[in-house]
Amino acid sequence: MDWEIVIGIETHVQLKTNSKIFSGASTRFGEEPNANACLVSLAYPGVLPVLNEEAVNCAIKFGLAVDAKITEHSIFARKNYFYPDLPKGYQISQLDLPVVGEGSLVITVSDESKSIRILRAHLEEDAGKSVHGIEEGKSGIDLNRAGTPLLEIVTEPDMSSAEEAVTYAKKLHELVQWIGICDGNMQEGNFRCDVNVSVKKKGDKELGTRREIKNLNSFKFIKQAVDYEVNWQIEKLEDGGKIKQATILFDPDSGETREMRSKEEANDYRYFPDPDLLPLVISQEKINNIKSKMYELPSEMKSRLVKEFDLTNYDADGITSNIDVANYFKELLSFKVNAKLASNWILTNLFSRLNESDIDIKSSPLKANKLAELILRIEDKTISNNAAKKVFDEIWDQDKSVDDVIEQLGLKQISNENEIVDILNQVLQDNEAMVEEYKSGKDKAFNALIGQVMKASKGKANPGQVSQLLKEKLKN
Amino acid sequence: MKFDNDEIKKIAHLARININENEAKKVSEKLEGILGLIDQMTEVNTDSIEPMAHALDITQPLREDKVTEVDMREKSLKLSNETDQSLFIVPRVIE
Amino acid sequence: MQNLTLKELSEGLKQKKFSSLELTKFFLNRLDLHNSSINAFITIDKDKSLAMAKRADEIIKEGNQDYLTGIPIAQKDIFCAEGWKTTCGSKMLDNFIAPYDSTVISKFNAAGAVNLGKTNMDEFAMGSSNETSYYGNVKNPWDIKTVPGGSSGGSAAAVAGMLAPAATATDTGGSIRQPASLCGLTGLKPTYGLVSRYGMIAFASSLDQAGPMCHTAEDCAAMMNVMSGHDPKDSTSIEREKENYLTGINNSIKGLKIGVPKEFFSEGLDSEVEKIIEQGISEYKKLGAEIVEISLPNNHLSIPVYYVIAPAEASSNLSRYDGVRYGYRTKEYDDLMDMYCKTREEGFGDEVKRRIMIGTYVLSAGYYDAYYLKAQKIRRLISEDFKKAFEKCDVILGPSAPSVAFPIGDKKEDPLKMYMQDVYTISTNLAGLPGLSMPGGLMNNLPVGIQLIGNYFSEAKLLNIAHIFQTNTNWHNLTPEEFK
Repeated sequence: MDWEIVIGIETHVQLKTNSKIFSGASTRFGEEPNANACLVSLAYPGVLPVLNEEAVNCAIKFGLAVDAKITEHSIFARKNYFYPDLPKGYQISQLDLPVVGEGSLVITVSDESKSIRILRAHLEEDAGKSVHGIEEGKSGIDLNRAGTPLLEIVTEPDMSSAEEAVTYAKKLHELVQWIGICDGNMQEGNFRCDVNVSVKKKGDKELGTRREIKNLNSFKFIKQAVDYEVNWQIEKLEDGGKIKQATILFDPDSGETREMRSKEEANDYRYFPDPDLLPLVISQEKINNIKSKMYELPSEMKSRLVKEFDLTNYDADGITSNIDVANYFKELLSFKVNAKLASNWILTNLFSRLNESDIDIKSSPLKANKLAELILRIEDKTISNNAAKKVFDEIWDQDKSVDDVIEQLGLKQISNENEIVDILNQVLQDNEAMVEEYKSGKDKAFNALIGQVMKASKGKANPGQVSQLLKEKLKN
Repeated sequence: MKFDNDEIKKIAHLARININENEAKKVSEKLEGILGLIDQMTEVNTDSIEPMAHALDITQPLREDKVTEVDMREKSLKLSNETDQSLFIVPRVIE
Repeated sequence: MQNLTLKELSEGLKQKKFSSLELTKFFLNRLDLHNSSINAFITIDKDKSLAMAKRADEIIKEGNQDYLTGIPIAQKDIFCAEGWKTTCGSKMLDNFIAPYDSTVISKFNAAGAVNLGKTNMDEFAMGSSNETSYYGNVKNPWDIKTVPGGSSGGSAAAVAGMLAPAATATDTGGSIRQPASLCGLTGLKPTYGLVSRYGMIAFASSLDQAGPMCHTAEDCAAMMNVMSGHDPKDSTSIEREKENYLTGINNSIKGLKIGVPKEFFSEGLDSEVEKIIEQGISEYKKLGAEIVEISLPNNHLSIPVYYVIAPAEASSNLSRYDGVRYGYRTKEYDDLMDMYCKTREEGFGDEVKRRIMIGTYVLSAGYYDAYYLKAQKIRRLISEDFKKAFEKCDVILGPSAPSVAFPIGDKKEDPLKMYMQDVYTISTNLAGLPGLSMPGGLMNNLPVGIQLIGNYFSEAKLLNIAHIFQTNTNWHNLTPEEFK
């Protein structure tokens, strides 16, 4: 039986603001319990919400980044339910008229591009946290997180494999960091995915019943959870059973999903427009203003690199894969390094070292300014590309200067034309047979002659110059 | 509109208010009366009317993203019925 | 001193006829003597009040006094006042000492006024007779066997009983105007958004407004000068140029067009009350006003609409009362669900629970369109009625309540009867317009109020129109015998 997998993802992105979405309490992570719980966070009688400008700006930036329509008049609604970490007994969210409308995000899986449709993104407030194990039979409520701004990003059920789901999640994760709206720290709960999974028989028009796996905060877990859930659903259906809509949790220890133990049936949230908040109006002017201050998006930068610097698609993808890599690249360029060289050195030499040491580019011991120095020494012909690799090894994690290492290792290449000509002439004299072979049409002899020159110069002659001068010489 | 026991129980549950059998009957009668009053709304056709959520035509003001509130645990913990290590204590929350 | 208006008290303090300390002691003394017979106050804190009076006297000595500096004002127990028990008339908040000042309280503090104490009210502002308070009924000083009206019954009784020169109050469906009418006072519900709701315990967020309860329109104007103004902490607070409500209070009203809605004079209005309103109309004619007949055809729907919208918003606003972070928590419970359900069963009174149930019901799945959405649509129709009416007139005049103060217990068992008390006032809240009630006469020695409804932000005009009436009549000067 051929089964198709249908996946949609809802991601809660914690926005990078100083203060909460509806009050001036701090959003700083890691404080003592309830240190960041202000009057509004605690839902005292009489307190009222006022909307944080920066949260709105973040939403607009996201909308622009996924080519979505920004809603001109959006409405905040109350989602009513009782839970101790929800102090007001309702969450302020958006139902009809969310701030961001339909957009899309393109992912690449196995060299194929796929556009994942984004249905909507809306602003809402985060809830607090329950802490267990303080006392037997009791839980402790910490409201520091209550009121932190969230952007909930919802896709259409466009993904058809765990791989696609993870790829989308990773791409979204990079994007929100790229545009500066989220720190992307998944351990701190900045970026949480609820993954909706259903299966259907190949060719079936109707979708199967979906189950929602809540609060996945690592890409590894997303893959594991989806794989397990898909198998579970298929097995159940093949056994003749039915899938019941449910909210489920993934247990990383067992690798299994299980239904959330809750004493109630589906919640009736009794949504209605929040009377304490007014319609949020976003003018085209404001959108233009934000757009003008935004750095180019990954897709825009990629096009530019290909057009302006003639980078390959593959390389441009690599450079724009994440903001830190892009920034490193930009920094190299700021030192007037050639774009292609910069791209090569990052994607091959630098990446290989980073992967070996399992660190990201931000933690690279070799900073952009030093790598720039090295590459410039290639460009100004002080050393050859091969020699540069040797220097790279020395400066990677050691506090040595580029020029010192070149000196120490005696890697300065011979670029003085006269010097080269001398060596050239010597070589031609010593290798008349090869010259004859070349003149009689054997092109291979050319390279052999270059080899001889390089040998004679102990590898220091500038290969480009050698080649050029040899060509000239042999013309005669 | 008749309010049967199940309906009352369901609403009371949504509202997290205990209502025992006796009270349920009394409440049900009173609520039916109020609903009868509310049903008067059906006498007017409102198909093409825009709902009015706010009295005035104003829009949401925005607040500068600045931290303005300070640690108020000295006050807030004192106001609570049960606290421990700066946490508000409640019966165990089951997920 | 109990007979002095805010204006006279302000002058007296300025001219050093008495000090704030003397004045405050005087009223605290009256509270000692008389409050128990009418139960107008929930909390009296002499030390705090006297400390504020002392500070006020210092400000006066320095010559920095404002209009209300040094004057004791009673505060409805719906306004959070830091360090003061703030109960909203409910057992749910019986142990709640507010950790912050509402904006209204802050403004009075900044003006140097003295907090005389927190007045009694219907629980969570839900009521029209002050019979639902956890702290017992309030009695009308005009006849202590009758109700003072509600929900601001305590504030009305305090001022009518001369226990406070003025008080703050709130109005969601008539809770300032109806008690003002039943107690022979002048009360104003301002345009929605004019007075900050920050710190004012919420009942129905899109309808609640705070306003003054005084003997005279002029005093209300002085109170409005302190209470009104934009507040960045309240998103629904209006930003506009600050007005001085005393400036034009003596303007001539010749040529004023007064609209009289025919729907306000149909069945349900006591015939004696109707006569008094007619007298008021005649008085205005004498003063040079022109009377125009207008219609508010959807007015009768304001009650069903209100009893959808207000309970719906309230059911959500009151969800925070769960015993977790403050307020009442039930003593014994097996688990979290038990704690919630018992706490809210025991902490809330019957009327509040009823309204939460109705509110929960009308918002629940499948009913939102038929009830809440429908109500908001009719709300627009009601608002449109007023718009059309104001094309023909400058102000609307009518009764504030269908009858005079009724006996305690008379309507308590029948919510629907009680709800009809608000038939003339609710539409004003739904439209967000300003409304005022002022004394217009007596029936069986019980006060009858005349209501004036103005267009948006026309408070100054309303106060002016009321003031001119009061300079030509004496109803506002009458006081109940026992409390003279």
